[in-house]
Order: sequence, then C-alpha cells, then structure tokens
Amino acid sequence: MKSSFKPLPEITLAEFASPEQLLTAAEKMRESGYTRFDCHSPFPIHGMDDAMGLGRSPLGYIVGVMGSVGLLGMLLLTWWTSAVDYPFVISGKPYFSWQAYIPVVFAITVLFSAFGAFFGMLSLNQLPRLFHPVFGSERFGRVTDGGFFVSVQADDALYEREKVAAFLESIGGKNVEVVTGDED
Amino acid sequence: MKLDGTTYRLTDTGNLGRIALITGLVFLAVSAIGYAQNPGRFFPAYLTAYVYWLTIALGGLFFTMLHHLTGARWSTVLRRLSESIAGTLPLMLVLFIPVILGLHDLFHWSHSEIYDPSSPAFDELLSKKEPYLNTTFFYIRAAIYFAVWIVLSGVLGRTSLRQDQRHSAGQMQNLRRVSAPGMVAFGLTLTFASFDWLMSLDAHWYSTIFGVYIFSGAFLAILSFMVLMGAYMRKSGVLADVITVEHYHDIGKLAFAFIIFWAYMAFSQYFLIWYANIPEENYWYLYRWDSSWKSVSLIIVFGHFVIPFLGLLTRAAKRSVGFLTSMAVWILIMHWVDLYWLVMPTHHQSGAHFSWMDVTTLLGVGGLFFWYFWKRYTARALVPVNDPNLAASIRFINA
Repeated sequence: MKSSFKPLPEITLAEFASPEQLLTAAEKMRESGYTRFDCHSPFPIHGMDDAMGLGRSPLGYIVGVMGSVGLLGMLLLTWWTSAVDYPFVISGKPYFSWQAYIPVVFAITVLFSAFGAFFGMLSLNQLPRLFHPVFGSERFGRVTDGGFFVSVQADDALYEREKVAAFLESIGGKNVEVVTGDED
Repeated sequence: MKLDGTTYRLTDTGNLGRIALITGLVFLAVSAIGYAQNPGRFFPAYLTAYVYWLTIALGGLFFTMLHHLTGARWSTVLRRLSESIAGTLPLMLVLFIPVILGLHDLFHWSHSEIYDPSSPAFDELLSKKEPYLNTTFFYIRAAIYFAVWIVLSGVLGRTSLRQDQRHSAGQMQNLRRVSAPGMVAFGLTLTFASFDWLMSLDAHWYSTIFGVYIFSGAFLAILSFMVLMGAYMRKSGVLADVITVEHYHDIGKLAFAFIIFWAYMAFSQYFLIWYANIPEENYWYLYRWDSSWKSVSLIIVFGHFVIPFLGLLTRAAKRSVGFLTSMAVWILIMHWVDLYWLVMPTHHQSGAHFSWMDVTTLLGVGGLFFWYFWKRYTARALVPVNDPNLAASIRFINA
C-alpha cells in the first residue's frame, strides 16, 4: 500500500445542490474528457458508476483466483498429510478419502475468497489512506449529511485551475475552491 | 400471441394451450397401454413424471410466498407467472389418483403381511414403522398436503386477482400474512410429502435431509421454467420490455446460488451416510454406485452441479437470455434425471432399464400441467397491473 504515503495532488472542489445534480455533473465531467475526478455524497446514488464512466470492478476475478487457490491448496494439503507424509487408516477408509476433506476444502475456499474480497477491495480503493486533500476544505464536512461534491485532481490531463473552476461553475457547481492539501 | 400494452392482457393467446392439451391426452392414453401391459413398470414411470411436474408447481408456490414475504420489488413482473404455476396444484390432486391406484406396485410397505408376525413376509424393522407407514395415515397425510397447497395457492392467487380490480394496502398485508405461516406449512408438507412419495419407496432407508434436497431441486426447476416461459414470450414480442435482461440476471443469480445449495444438500446427505457406513443406510448409495446406475450417479454429479455451476458463474452468462435459456433446459433435464435416480433404482436395483413409458408419462402429465397453467396464465393480465411495485419492477436495474 505504497499509495497511502504518496502525497495526493491538489484538487478543485465544487458543491452541488442535490443527488440529481451530482449525477448530471458526473455525466458532463465524463463527456468533457475528465478522468481523474470523484463524486462524494452521503449515500450511494443509483447510476453513478455509469455516469462517471467507471468500468466493472475486477474484484470478482481476484476472488475467483483466491478461491481456486484455496480449493487446490487445501486438496493438496489434505492429500499430502493423510496419504503421503503420514498415511494412517481411519475407519477402514482409503488414505485419501476426498469425501472426508470436502468440508475443510470448502471452508478454506470460502476463507480465501473472503480474504481476496476484503484485501482486494482495500487495495483497489487504495485504502487505508491516512490523509486526503479534501480534509483541507471546511465546507467538505457537509458531505456526511447533506453535501454533494465533485473533486477534480490536478493530475488530470485537462487540469488547469481557472478552466476547471469555470467548467465546474458552468455545470452548476457552487462554492468552487482549490484545496492543495498543505497544512495552513 | 398478441399483447394489449395497457391492460397487459393477451388478445390472442396462440394455440400453445391446445397443443399442450392434445399432447397430454395422447401421451396419457399411450401410457395407459403401458399400464395394461406392465403395471409394475408403469407406476414408477408415472410417479417420476408426476413428482417432476409437482415440484415445479410447488416451486411456483414457494416463489410466490417468497416474493410476498421479502417484499421483493424486482420479481413483481414474474409474480403472475409463479402464481399461475402454483395454480396447477388442484390439477395435480386429480393427477395423484394413479399414484393411489399404484400404491401396492410402488410401495413395499403398503402390503399388510409384512407387519404380520405369523407371515413369512414379516419384516421386523418395518413393523416398527407401522404407526407411520400404513395406508390409512398415508391417505390422511396426502389429504393434508393437498389441502395446504391448494388453499395457499388459491388464497394468494385470488387476492392477487382482486388487486387487478381495485388495489388496497390491506391486500398486500393479507398476502404477507398468509405467506408467513404458509411458508412454515409449505416446508413441513413438502418435507413429509417427499418422505411419503419418494423416500418410502425404499422404506428401510431414511435421510432427514431428504425434504430439503427435493426442495432445492424444485426451486431450481421453477426458476428454469420461468426463464423458459419468459424467453418464449420474449421471442413472440410479448412482455419483452417488461421482463428485461435485469430480471433474467436476477433469476440467474438465484439459480446459481441454488445450484450450490442443491450440491450442498446432496453432499451432506451422502457425506454422513458414507462416513458412518452403517449397512441400513449405505446400501441405498451402494446400489446406485453399482451397475449402470453408477453412470447415472456421475451424470447427476457433473450435470446437476459442475456444468451449471461453471455455466452460470459469470455475469455475462446470466445476462444472456439465449445462454440462460439453454442452461434452463439443461437444469430441467437434470432435475428429471435426479428424480429418476431417486425413484427407479428401488425397482431396478441391478441396473437402469429405460422404458418408453418414462417419456410418455412425462409428456402426458406435462401436457396437462402446461395446458392448465397456460389457460390460467393467459386468462388474466400477465403482470399484476395494480401492484404499487410494478413500475419499480419494470424499471429495475442491477446496480
């Protein structure tokens, strides 16, 4: 998680009045070619992924790979421990009685999948992140109850302070401010 | 088929119902010849076919109650479909008559001499089960099952139809109030019905999870059946923009989950018996693992679990109506193989003996089932038009 220590570039914040406005703003941002921007709201908004042009999350594939590793790894472990390293006859059944190992193989498959889902989600979201430039904005605190914000990062190819500010205002953004992330 | 877009009623129902009725009657008549020739082979074939369509009807009842209980919105467009499928239960009562006629051919325990200590056929183990396994109590139980199923499907169906005339909040509450105890009654009746009509074929054997196993197959069957019906109407341009890809995606998700659930139940049943290895339980699996039954067992392991599991794994598979339809056909075939595997080995322990009656009874019962279902489904609006959740259901999108 190297990214959590890399300082984020400055951002330009704009506030919107309602979830609907935030949704249209996101669509217009995407249509104008911005890629490094984010939308902030107190609750999930239906259709936001499409409006922002976010693709499908690759998390499912991570979980799939992790689950398969758990499945095969555990089959291998049960086979090796009970049929190779320490063969032992239990209730007259063959050394490698796969039936008996299905519960533990299943459990480990689920456990590895859960690890894949949890840590995969964290790393895809670049979490944990201890600092974010939005912390520099007083107004941004409202995002936890009634504020809807768009933030544009300075590493966007189209980023120029004046242009971004003008564009955000043209699509209905209020209280446009630049937050550098430096302590002041 | 032609649909009136505002009332959601078919102005032209097509001739599917008539074809199904003729198919049903013709094949039942052909099966009757089989009955005259070889009743010992006819009855197991009929029981398999009967239970096959019965599980679909019961799946419809379960889906309807589940919809009401969870307050689901997405499945509102499918509700009429599942209600009409559950509406075939009165017909299933009539079709149960041949099972009663074949009681002695089907169920070893129904012969009274096995309970008579002076008879050479006396069976000590079964005589201990006589308080449950006797014909009188069998009939009483069957009457209770059908009463519960017919009352439940009837009340839910009629309340839903009244909603089409005039909607009131009380109706939604009633549907829910009936569904809650209905679900408990459904669980008990399905479990004991599967004990009575399937498990007791081999009355020495017992498995407490058997009812859940049958239930999981039944739910898969109803989901597949609804996919088929939806896809069929979609092809004719009916409800194509009402039952959308989003709904197929959700049915696909449920089917995928219940493929795993079915395997979980099947394995749990097998696992405990394999582990304990007690003769009075394990022989049931042993003769299904000997002779040609072994191939059928393997077909079920791969066909009922591995193939549909991999097939329905991806999002793209669940969102492709064409692929989902072929998967639904596959699951419906596998559901029949599964029931065949439960019923037939009892009568043919030495190996699978396929008979033409297996097919004719399936098509015979199925034809009548489909005719009755289709008649009820097309006689009313194809979706609950006054349901307050209908618009949300049509608009529904998987986030």
